[in-house]
Amino acid sequence: MSEQREITMSEALNEALHEEMERDPTVFVVGEDIARMGGLFQVTSGLLDRFGSQRVIDAPISEAAQAGAGVGAALVGCRPVVELQIADFVSLVMDQVVNHAGKWRYMSGGRVTVPFVLRGAVSSGIGMAAQHSQTLEAWFVHAPGLVVIMPSTPYDAKGLLKSAIRDDNPVVFLEKRLLYSRSGPVPQGDYTVPIGVADVKREGNDVTVVSYAAGVHLALQAARQLARESIEAEVIDVRTLKPLDVDTVTESVRKTGRLVVVTEAAGAGSFASEVVARVVDEAYDALASRPVRVTARDTPMPYAAPLERAVLPQVEDVVAGINAVLGRTPVEEPAG
Amino acid sequence: MATAETATHDLEVLENLLLRMWQIRAFEIRAMELFEEKLIRGSVHPYVGMEAIAVGVCAALGPDDYITSTHRGHGHCVAKGLDLKLMMAEIIGREDGYCRGRGGSMHITAMEKGMLGADAIVAGSSAIAVGAAHGLGLQGRDAVVVCFFGDGAANQGILHEACNLAAVLSAPVVFVCENNAWAISTPAAASTRIEDIADRAAGYGFPGVVADGNDVLGMRDAAKEAVERARAGAGPTLIEAKSYRVTPHSAATKTDLRPPEELDAWRARDPILRFSRYLCEEAGVEPARLEVIEQQAKRDVDEAVEFALASPRPEAGAALEDVYAPADWLSPGRLA
Repeated sequence: MSEQREITMSEALNEALHEEMERDPTVFVVGEDIARMGGLFQVTSGLLDRFGSQRVIDAPISEAAQAGAGVGAALVGCRPVVELQIADFVSLVMDQVVNHAGKWRYMSGGRVTVPFVLRGAVSSGIGMAAQHSQTLEAWFVHAPGLVVIMPSTPYDAKGLLKSAIRDDNPVVFLEKRLLYSRSGPVPQGDYTVPIGVADVKREGNDVTVVSYAAGVHLALQAARQLARESIEAEVIDVRTLKPLDVDTVTESVRKTGRLVVVTEAAGAGSFASEVVARVVDEAYDALASRPVRVTARDTPMPYAAPLERAVLPQVEDVVAGINAVLGRTPVEEPAG
Repeated sequence: MATAETATHDLEVLENLLLRMWQIRAFEIRAMELFEEKLIRGSVHPYVGMEAIAVGVCAALGPDDYITSTHRGHGHCVAKGLDLKLMMAEIIGREDGYCRGRGGSMHITAMEKGMLGADAIVAGSSAIAVGAAHGLGLQGRDAVVVCFFGDGAANQGILHEACNLAAVLSAPVVFVCENNAWAISTPAAASTRIEDIADRAAGYGFPGVVADGNDVLGMRDAAKEAVERARAGAGPTLIEAKSYRVTPHSAATKTDLRPPEELDAWRARDPILRFSRYLCEEAGVEPARLEVIEQQAKRDVDEAVEFALASPRPEAGAALEDVYAPADWLSPGRLA
């Protein structure tokens, strides 16, 4: 059965690009080493042969110009997908994304649309050190006018990338590199996953664990571990950080009364803080204990394995966070 | 220098160039007055003394061609045929303005007129122009994009990236550097060690041309050649228009460090007076006719101000509109 077919996240993203480029001749991709080589992670593999060099562009190493060109092409009716080889390079494109992509429609009084997708690989956890390992989605959540998406599964990755390309708004689409090789069921052919709809990845009544991207897998592992102690965690994958499906989160918190938010980003000013704030705003009365954020430490990412492990949140940190909101163990502040 | 003032042209076309230049001049002078009267907020950056550049370049463009503009963008808008009434309403912050009062002086956008938008980040629109040009080509539209920028922008990183990317893509872009000799208080000579910014084009592998920015016909000739080259698929050109802004950096900038004798020298080269003289001496236009054109422009601006002041102020609630383009996920009353 095709429903049972399992492919990796990079294959799923590749399928999404193939299908969207087939479907809409205004979709094109631009980035570094994406055409001849098919991308560092093979997400754009095979596109050059099928769609040609005008729509599959190996660009000079000029990230800002690639992003700006994407914005310009979007303004005149194309649907560009710009690939940042490593998501840390967003620092090089911030002006084009924040000051241009996110604002152009508003500044024009609604006279233009900017259907632009910026994809990037978040590469923490594999020893790429401080300039290739950042998880920077919070920067974009803070900027008005952008959509921010971070998928955790191949199924969501394909369906959300298709939605991102079809959306008339600028989308920052961040992919966790360690998830590229993870397999999961992905239907053949066309389907979309809606923007702004969270997914309950695991049901439970004792605690709500909210996360996205690789954090979802940490949360699921922690949940499985605690299930052996008869603690049932509900794991919510927000999938879309902006717009945030706050209703699904608060509904769960109203059921469990406890909230843990997991992110691989540094804690200060993180999206985890935003989730806690939104829940406090909308469901404070439902909270039976102080929410806990499980985040990376506020350091640049170190290189050596024990150091990187010490900075990134681990499954045991999520377990500790869950125990803390349940008041089960010596309450020890988890990482972050 | 590109030669000019030799070719014969249809008189009506020439008179229209003069009218446009006068419209810009009158518009800017009125805008500065309106700023002093506190009817304009923030600031305005007048284009006085540089009218020949925008008018000459836009005379080489067709209605399906596009431009990007700068913080000093009113002249580009007028030259591209935007409606003075909607421009003035925008600058005064009224509902009938091009951007419904969201953009103001520095962000006028009018896609239907080929105005991709004014961009108040110096050099910010350079890559946007490249992407727009590529995107138009992908859609089979035979259009050229002109990117206006200043001598200050020439030292921004994104401009370098954009020029190189345009060259690599053979994008139909014309880069027009308006060298008006000064940043706010820093002379161009303190910002670069080269005399002609046009020289930089050699580094990108496309032609660089120095033109007299106070000679409207010379600007038109230089632009025509560059536009034809771009449209033929031969790639970009950099035109450096040497000119001068004879008014302060902005209506809000009261300090002007430029030597008075330098200002006087440039006032003597006023592009409007110069072209008027040409029309009289070479094209047989009666001085009385020139007066009619000047008065026409002033009336047009008066009517624009009248229209703008009669236009309603935006309702406060409109501030929350158009952050995003319509989308399934966008529910009423929610920003994201």
